[in-house]
Amino acid sequence: MADGQDKNIDATTGTELKGHEWDGIAELDTPLPRWWLWTFYATIIFAIGYVIAYPAIPMLHDYTRGMMGWSSRGALAKELAAREAEIAPLRRAIADTAITDLPGKPQLMQAAVEGGRAAFKVHCVQCHGSGAAGAKGYPNLNDDDWLWGGDLATIEKTITDGVRNPNHDATRVSMMPAFGRDQLLTGAQVNDVVAHVRVISRQDRPSAASQRGAKLFADNCAVCHGPDGKGTRALGAPNLTDGIWLYGGDTDTIHETVWNSRQGVMPRWDDKLDKATIRMLATYVHSLGGGEATLVEAGNGVE
Amino acid sequence: MPAGSSTLYEKRKGVYPKAVDGFYRRLKWAIMAVTLAIYWGTPWLRWDRGPYAPDQAVLIDLAHRRFYLFAIEIWPHEFYYVAGLLIMAGIGLFLVTSAVGRAWCGYACPQTVWTDLYQHVERFIDGDRNAQIKLAKAPWSVAKLTRRLTKWGVWLAIAFATGGAWIFYFADAPTLLHDVWAGSAAPVAYATMAVLTATTLLLGGFMREQVCIYMCPWPRIQTAMLDEKSLVVTYKDWRGEQRGSVKKAQASPDLFGDCIDCNQCVAVCPTGIDIREGPQVGCITCALCIDACDKVMRQVGRQRGLIDYCTQEDVEAEKQGAPPRRALKTLLRPRTLAYAAVWLSIGAAMLFALGARTRIDIAAQQDRNPIFVRLSDGAIRNAYMVKVRNMEARPRPVTVAIEGLPDAMLWTDAMPREQAMATVTATVPADSVAKLRLFIAAPAPGPQRQDFAFTVRATDREGGGDSEPARFERP
Repeated sequence: MADGQDKNIDATTGTELKGHEWDGIAELDTPLPRWWLWTFYATIIFAIGYVIAYPAIPMLHDYTRGMMGWSSRGALAKELAAREAEIAPLRRAIADTAITDLPGKPQLMQAAVEGGRAAFKVHCVQCHGSGAAGAKGYPNLNDDDWLWGGDLATIEKTITDGVRNPNHDATRVSMMPAFGRDQLLTGAQVNDVVAHVRVISRQDRPSAASQRGAKLFADNCAVCHGPDGKGTRALGAPNLTDGIWLYGGDTDTIHETVWNSRQGVMPRWDDKLDKATIRMLATYVHSLGGGEATLVEAGNGVE
Repeated sequence: MPAGSSTLYEKRKGVYPKAVDGFYRRLKWAIMAVTLAIYWGTPWLRWDRGPYAPDQAVLIDLAHRRFYLFAIEIWPHEFYYVAGLLIMAGIGLFLVTSAVGRAWCGYACPQTVWTDLYQHVERFIDGDRNAQIKLAKAPWSVAKLTRRLTKWGVWLAIAFATGGAWIFYFADAPTLLHDVWAGSAAPVAYATMAVLTATTLLLGGFMREQVCIYMCPWPRIQTAMLDEKSLVVTYKDWRGEQRGSVKKAQASPDLFGDCIDCNQCVAVCPTGIDIREGPQVGCITCALCIDACDKVMRQVGRQRGLIDYCTQEDVEAEKQGAPPRRALKTLLRPRTLAYAAVWLSIGAAMLFALGARTRIDIAAQQDRNPIFVRLSDGAIRNAYMVKVRNMEARPRPVTVAIEGLPDAMLWTDAMPREQAMATVTATVPADSVAKLRLFIAAPAPGPQRQDFAFTVRATDREGGGDSEPARFERP
């Protein structure tokens, strides 16, 4: 169709026809709309610019990195850094406020609890569970029973230094002897002590064994657990009379506890987390429902 | 693309509607005044709601998710009232359409009102129809450019006032007016103003009847809703045809009808149609041709109403010789009454619901992880996030209690368990939701799952309350 005479023009539209025909249906060779064409050229120019500016073409071992030095990982890092910078003053304020003063500053306290909630999900759920309900050997942090104490400052201290953390002097330590294994008590005596513990926790009725056990308890256990078995927080000795058992309150489990003792470990966190994060974790744990009021010393005017 | 003899597109024919006076023109003036006054005036109406709520009578407070309409305040969860209003608006349009045809298009549609306004401006600056046509055909000159720029300037000013007024529905109008001029308003306000200014100028100044004929879906829908009993603007061809001038009619009286073919009906039409071609989608039933034709009929001493509001059925009846029916009589018929009944009952139901709604309610969500906690005294504790919503513009004291859980005690995270009681009191700030983290402890023996209810009661003079079912779970 080089010369104009061959041109096959459609009469209705005045547009050239493609030249082929199926059952009397011919195709118009309608030119692309100008705006479409220019948009198309613009996208080509844009694509060239994009390839130069941004990472684009995969190579064998690498890819073209682009002139702008942009990467999605870098963008994320920048975003995270910006977020960190944004909350930095808040973290500083929390770190600079004594934990006992936080409840008096509701906004700061709320921020601390929320920050603690997030940090808990990262550092604590592995043992204590996502709802902080614990498991056998790992305390439930929702309840009102505390081995070492449930006020803000005590919780903070526990998180900071951990429990039975090796090579750390400030760590919390309670050393229950392995009465059976180390032959401090005979097998029968251990059974008697267990029977007594079952009685003071109101799970069994007193028996001859438990009465023998009471005597043994006073001699061997009361120094830490107290004469009535209510425990001593300063020593981390649990209350044996309440409804909460870290390892279990059935006869077999108590027997195993007395025989072998229990030496659960919690890491110290002051070498892994900053002060503000630990403080936030403490407020979060305290907020779970079992938190205790800070003991107010006489003359210390707290509203 | 070669221009050729393409028949696929229709080039816009210029529409230069002529000024006209008459009953319907005055009605349109009045409706334009009312609708524009509503549009520009509404955001400036004040309504005292006390110190805790905005005093703007009509306010769509998107930032705080409130919708204020005089004494009515709507929260997001009550959006069905707005949906109800939209349904009423829809059925209202059905009602109006089946009764008086495209009255919405002809009188109240913003496109019509603003186009009308723009055409008045155009006539004021360029002169009436003939002057406009002349000017449009004239080559560009300083005089023409001056006129054009003046016209476009006035149009732009109107468009700016239109786009600018819209934003006042979404924020406190006096404050926003100040902020807009001070340059401190939100970017979205300026963007909205810019977009609406542009669309007003474009739609009202340049696109006009093309919006109605090509863009708007409503004429098509209305065309489906009209029937032979709907009032439409009709040219009574049985009376008008054969068209002929007065002179011709005098020469041979039996040959010609009443239409003197003066084309006044076409000249005044804002959408540029010829009503004598019969009902058509381009007719917005503004009735200006009725005014124009009546005036001509009066001048030539013939009866008015050659073009008139009339149903198709009545046109047929009149053609057969029946006397003309009053237009009002056509309004009452089963279809319009049914629409009216539906419309009124939705309205009544909404009013009733509005009157009966409580302005305080409670919602409770149980902690799921852990579901329950054993306490040292053996009791079981469940925790809940309880939200008490106060939808009135004043703080309200409330008491939250539990029903159906004997021996259970209630306390919040702000108090020690020793202070647990059967109820918890709180004050919910004005127009907001109070979140209470509530703990409930109950003795361990009991069903594994126990249904109960949280109740809230306002302890002020007005009272009122709500309850929410909840569940207490044990190991």
